[in-house]
Amino acid sequence: MNILVCVSRVPDTAAKIKVASDNKSVETTGVKFILNPYDEYALEEAIQLKESKGGELTVITVAGDEATDILRTALAMGADKAVHIKANQLDNDSYFVAKNIANVAKELNPDIIFLGKQSIDFDSFQLSSLLGGLLDLPSVDVVSSINYSDGSITGEKDIEGGKETFETSLPAIISVQKGIKEPRYPKLPQIMKAKQKPIDVKVAEQTSARTEILEMTLPEKARAGKILTGSDADIDELVRLLHEDAKVI
Amino acid sequence: MKVLVLIEEHKGSLKRSSCEAITAANHLTTSDNITALAVNSNESTLKSAGKYGASKVVNANESSVKGEAPAISKIISDYASENSFDTVVFAADSIGKEVAPRVSVKLEAGYVSDCVRLEVNGSDVIATKPVYAGKAQAKIKINTSNKVLSLRPNVFTAKIVAEGSEASYSEFTPSLDDSSRSVKITNISVNDGKLDVVEADIVVSGGRGLKEPENFSLVENLASALGGAVGASRAVVDAGWRPHSEQVGQTGKTVSPSLYVACAISGAVQHLAGMSSSKFIVAINKDADAPIFKITDYGIVGDVFEVLPKLTEKIKARN
Repeated sequence: MNILVCVSRVPDTAAKIKVASDNKSVETTGVKFILNPYDEYALEEAIQLKESKGGELTVITVAGDEATDILRTALAMGADKAVHIKANQLDNDSYFVAKNIANVAKELNPDIIFLGKQSIDFDSFQLSSLLGGLLDLPSVDVVSSINYSDGSITGEKDIEGGKETFETSLPAIISVQKGIKEPRYPKLPQIMKAKQKPIDVKVAEQTSARTEILEMTLPEKARAGKILTGSDADIDELVRLLHEDAKVI
Repeated sequence: MKVLVLIEEHKGSLKRSSCEAITAANHLTTSDNITALAVNSNESTLKSAGKYGASKVVNANESSVKGEAPAISKIISDYASENSFDTVVFAADSIGKEVAPRVSVKLEAGYVSDCVRLEVNGSDVIATKPVYAGKAQAKIKINTSNKVLSLRPNVFTAKIVAEGSEASYSEFTPSLDDSSRSVKITNISVNDGKLDVVEADIVVSGGRGLKEPENFSLVENLASALGGAVGASRAVVDAGWRPHSEQVGQTGKTVSPSLYVACAISGAVQHLAGMSSSKFIVAINKDADAPIFKITDYGIVGDVFEVLPKLTEKIKARN
């Protein structure tokens, strides 16, 4: 199996988000960046697939120089090689990322492309289907389990309040849900070995931006902040507030 | 601007998210420029799209594509191109989020997902979407002449603009090739009694302070008294008490219900990110310094084991 996994570098989930001085992006100084958590699940699924069926596993990202760290993490987890498409992320939209990954995918001809169901920075939830459209390949999102056969796969995906069972031919693009396989922590020997694995650096093809960020703001918080106790009278007061003030009951 | 909106029916009525999408389309243009498109749905149900401000509704006669994003994408892209629609609007639900990007590729359109606000400035559409799980919001301009948008459920309140009005109805038979039928959905299993946290108007969530998985019955009882869905913090999902589908937060779901009740949840940044855009937030926690109280409308500093049963009874007594 020839496997491609798309990864992205995102602020840690515990990071406090501040708007940068350009008012269009977020402050990155002092923020810890990590491999997108959903992409870790995608990687683990891909590594286990490679371990059982053999083949080659490539990871790819479209990002600035700083993303070498997440590529090394992916290589330490078990990827064989990496492709780093250099780009200044701030100026680029999802279409730009998809177009550049699609260009590489056309050369690599993977049997399966994995990615996390969303990147926890922009939460755009569109890369898998953009790739599907650009490469004219099937894509399935929010996949929680997969069974592999020759030339096809079946599995389950999450939908509102339930699950769907799907079946698709390969090659295909699969975005995975948290928990599909528990990601491994690379150990020191793997981390050392990963330093020798190749990272192929490419220059991004520029596309005209289909969307453009005009402004980044923090949500306004104007909450009543009324604090009550657990007494009977206060619980009655809460019920009254929910009815008369919030009008939700 | 000529706008096409994907709508769906559920048990004989239009889905609420579909009504919301038509309402949002009315922010972009006038009713006579809005057409709603559904796949294999009931004629009289579809005509009710007129109430929300869609002057036309079209029904694609294709019975076997439920849940198949590539096929539905082809139906919509073809219909939009053949009838010169420049804007396509979706609900950002599981099907909308898979279909919209493919439609944007076919129409060479800029796409903004999960929008919470739309503004029109001349021929420009400016969409606001939450980013970093709601810790920030980005205002995004679409630069292309064709545009695709998906809308976060529960944000655009569905508005009846013409009571009793029916949309003019027509049908067509789409043409689907092999590549658009590459994904087959062979089974759909939905727990009808169970509301999804993203779609629910009221969400009651529980955290580690409940001590034991069995104690989640307290949360379930309050959710049931309120007619809401059950949510969970990451800690209890990671501990295996609750399924991941219920997780609210940055690596779970982002919700914007009318009422969010956080029970025994301290309020880690990543949880707050997933629920802070709720209209009203109630927290019950015995620790008065818990970060959750910083973003609540009404907080109860108290023991969930005492407060939840009482609150549930008092709400039941009202109903």
